[in-house]
Amino acid sequence: MRKIIVCTCIMAFIAVSAQKQQPAKQSGSELYKQYCLSCHQVNGSGVPRMNPPLIKTSYVTGDKKKLIKWVLQGSVENVPIDGNYYSNNMPAQNYLTDQQIADVLTYIRSSFGNKASAVTAAEVKTVRASIK
Amino acid sequence: MKTLYYLFILCLISGLNACGQSLKQDASNAELKLPSGFTAIKAADGLGEARHIAITSDGDIFVKLSKLKDGKGIYLLQDVNKDGHMDKTSGFGNYTGTGIYIKDGYLYASSDEDVYRYKLGANNKPVDPNHPEKIIAGLISRHEHEAKAFTLDNDGNVYVNIGAYSNSCQERDRSKGSMGIQPCPILDSAAGIWEFKTNIANQSYDDGVHYATGLRNVVGLDWNTQTNSLFVMQHGRDQLHDIFPDLFTEQQSAELPAECMYELHNGSNCGWPYMYYDQIQHKKILAPEYGGDGKKEYTGDAQDPVVAFPGHMAPNDLLFYTGDMFPEKYKNGAFIAFHGSWNRAPEPQKGFFVAFVPFKDGKPSGDWEIFADGFSGKNEIASPGDAEHRPCGLAQGLDGSLYVSDDVKGTIYRIMYTAK
Repeated sequence: MRKIIVCTCIMAFIAVSAQKQQPAKQSGSELYKQYCLSCHQVNGSGVPRMNPPLIKTSYVTGDKKKLIKWVLQGSVENVPIDGNYYSNNMPAQNYLTDQQIADVLTYIRSSFGNKASAVTAAEVKTVRASIK
Repeated sequence: MKTLYYLFILCLISGLNACGQSLKQDASNAELKLPSGFTAIKAADGLGEARHIAITSDGDIFVKLSKLKDGKGIYLLQDVNKDGHMDKTSGFGNYTGTGIYIKDGYLYASSDEDVYRYKLGANNKPVDPNHPEKIIAGLISRHEHEAKAFTLDNDGNVYVNIGAYSNSCQERDRSKGSMGIQPCPILDSAAGIWEFKTNIANQSYDDGVHYATGLRNVVGLDWNTQTNSLFVMQHGRDQLHDIFPDLFTEQQSAELPAECMYELHNGSNCGWPYMYYDQIQHKKILAPEYGGDGKKEYTGDAQDPVVAFPGHMAPNDLLFYTGDMFPEKYKNGAFIAFHGSWNRAPEPQKGFFVAFVPFKDGKPSGDWEIFADGFSGKNEIASPGDAEHRPCGLAQGLDGSLYVSDDVKGTIYRIMYTAK
């Protein structure tokens, strides 16, 4: 009987510790708010001349590999996006996990009026491996 | 001929009424909110990204665009029938940019790397608009803070902003937790004001004077003829919370740091990137990239601001009012065009107005106030893309009217004092 109690206690302790170590999984919209919103704005419209919009642009709804690469590597290039130039640098977001990048990109590709397919963690993993 | 000339000057001074053709007023004041006694019209519209503006003694307007319109980067707007509304436009210059200024028979304009000047002939028109003289060449333009805003003094010098190609001189720009480079290598060739001569061709860094340092980015600057010194408005650093979420809340990051007005002299240092000015604590604070925590004061050498405004409102132009049209309160005071923030999200954005600071004997003599508001067309702006207009440039007409440009739709506003 005593053994069972001790055992249960240990198991409960392990369960609690595991919960503490693993933060609750953030949704795509929560990840967006934490890591993307201040530059790309609450409605994904970006900032004219500074931070590109995430709405109605092939950069977001087109080739997933290109989009994943952009998030992993950031950008300091002065390239036109749909004919307009944006001057702020985008930091690399490679500290996010494959699953986090998949979740936030899936959110972006299906929000703000966008209707593009989901991004999977496996797709992010493949792109991450290709740029190492 | 001389009589005609005097008649013309009389027309300008008297608001054109003496000429039989009167100014066409706008009952809605161009949808602006103004202090009592002031009215406004839209002098021009539809120019696109209208950045800075300059007014000729004839009342014509030169506009510098940051996006070419029909292949042209500078537009001359003329009011042929003198009703206050520009009815003739012509473009020239195939480069984009921000700065434009008229002084002593020349029009000056900047791209993001160079400064040009055009000799003005009869009726203040460029003599040879396709062949300007390049007076300054090869200034650093590396993506961020590329606009080469400039102003002139009365002694043949031009002062050019060379903005920092970085937010806070981190090892990895705008990256969470990335620390500042010590010493910041950007300061040798950017993040400051350089002084050049107005009349020498092809000057670059070696020909200029590194006039002031430690300024992240300046878009609004003006020569104060009372103090005979340069005043600038700095765009303060972004993203305290994004980069150091453990040290700054979203709310603190929305308010801080101050957008600062500085008076500069040769050798001035305003402290970027090592510090920022906290307008709530009224202190120079050590930047978190250099070991700060939002409280530790900066002990290095950096001057104090003349005025500290709330954060991120993006001061895109500065003008000391020397006209006779506005009431006495405005004489020699500073108008600031606040383009409006983006870096207060998810808090509501702020700015999108023209502010005023009264000055006496070359120093602020009262608190800043909103002078002209309503440009955005909305009560609350969540994202700057929602603003219908954003103030960007300021200029004073010969009659004392204040002109404001907008770089969303390219509207040029003319604000007048019309109370009797």
